[in-house]
Amino acid sequence: MVPVPPDSSSTSGPPLHRFRPIQALGIALGVLAICLVAVALDLARTRPSRAEAERLTSTLGLTDLALVNEARYLRHLSLADLHSPFQDHPVALEHFPAGAVIAPPTHLRVSARPSAPPLCR
Amino acid sequence: MRRWISRQALLIDYTLSALARRGGRSLGLLVVYAGVVFLLASTMLFTNALRSEARAILAHSPEVLLQKLKAGRHSYLTQADLDRLGRLRGVSRIEGRKWGYFFDPVFGATYTLMAPASNSPGRGKIHVGDGVARTRGLSTGDTLALRSAAGGLHVFTVERLFSPESSLVAADLIVMHPADWGAFFELPDDVFTDAALSVVNPLEVRSIARKVGDRIPETRVILREEILRTYDALFDWREGLLLALASMAVAAFAILAWNQASGLSVDERREIGILKAIGWDTRDVLTMKLWEGTLISGAAFFLGFLGAFVHVFHFEAALIAPALKGWSVLYPRLVLTPSVDAVSFLTLGLLTVLPFTLATLVPAWRAAITDPDEVMRGTT
Repeated sequence: MVPVPPDSSSTSGPPLHRFRPIQALGIALGVLAICLVAVALDLARTRPSRAEAERLTSTLGLTDLALVNEARYLRHLSLADLHSPFQDHPVALEHFPAGAVIAPPTHLRVSARPSAPPLCR
Repeated sequence: MRRWISRQALLIDYTLSALARRGGRSLGLLVVYAGVVFLLASTMLFTNALRSEARAILAHSPEVLLQKLKAGRHSYLTQADLDRLGRLRGVSRIEGRKWGYFFDPVFGATYTLMAPASNSPGRGKIHVGDGVARTRGLSTGDTLALRSAAGGLHVFTVERLFSPESSLVAADLIVMHPADWGAFFELPDDVFTDAALSVVNPLEVRSIARKVGDRIPETRVILREEILRTYDALFDWREGLLLALASMAVAAFAILAWNQASGLSVDERREIGILKAIGWDTRDVLTMKLWEGTLISGAAFFLGFLGAFVHVFHFEAALIAPALKGWSVLYPRLVLTPSVDAVSFLTLGLLTVLPFTLATLVPAWRAAITDPDEVMRGTT
């Protein structure tokens, strides 16, 4: 069994108030809760709105996210074709760094073709 | 119940004291552990937020897009091509879109120049995206001079700046009058980059796309559902790549954690021996070790996750966003709407907290079932 600490009331003199580690844990959890509330309040106050992005997409007919614009086939990924990354040259290499971390559009992949035939070339 | 709670409180008390005695080692483990959770949670929150932004925003894209191909390359649609489409049942509007790219050699940035058929700015006026304004230091009323490919200088007045919240779709956008666009690119009025079709009934999109392909065979049709699928797949792929890179850090941490958790030091074995000798039973020792694993891994998980949340949604993912940018000079501000996927949160929690907690139990159990005298003497 876990040994029970001696009862301070049975000893003579004033009771000894030792700062227990579990109290430190309680304080840490309290601080963490305050941090969480502060973060939530801050985000609720500055919550970004998608309204303008949605309005622009709707009125201008935008099709892609402006995540990367170093090459045209990365800026408008969904409108790209399979040849543009290779600069229309038979043995050219695709050389933009972001091209290495962006997969081709799903409708251009060979596996996607049978399910969506004549639309995708 | 009260007795059980006070017993657990005493055990936590003892565990924290024991952790404090090994302060440097415990703190080091906590920092590395929280760092790994931070890295994984940042990747997860960032890609989840981008994925939900893409879904919400691109749901407003045109239902069907039409591109003309000539000899396998993208070509311009003309008014005659659109006339060939004629009236299509179920299509409420066919609109030729005018847009193109312009490389600005001064700043090394590529802009998207667009001229909508309706609600465009007046002649000589432009609306610019947040990224263009930031790169060129523009504000409303300023002028922007662009030299076209033909060499002519075109001067535009900035009428409006798009807000940073729209940056994700409009960072590099310059919207101008169609006549200005035609003059800048030296293209006739009846030429379009592509065409957008508005479809009344979403169920008819595929059949309309087939009809379009039949009427103008040298075209490529792109559906909104394909655009949405592309971005879903993009973020799955990107998340996979980032996690693959992070897996090295995770592997290094796993070795460290296993070493820390599964191998008891001589001091820890002696401590268990003494506890047993003064009356603790095996269950107490195991409960104490369970608390040790839970406290370390739980604290690391919450600190790491909270840090990742603040990093992604408050500091716009400053540490991992450079992986996105590549050579882009002009990039969007990633003002993302906070969203936490409960399944991902729980998966990450289980994958990080549970293995470490369990790994602390086995060696403690082996030490706890051995004779205290042998453990204290270090003969086992």
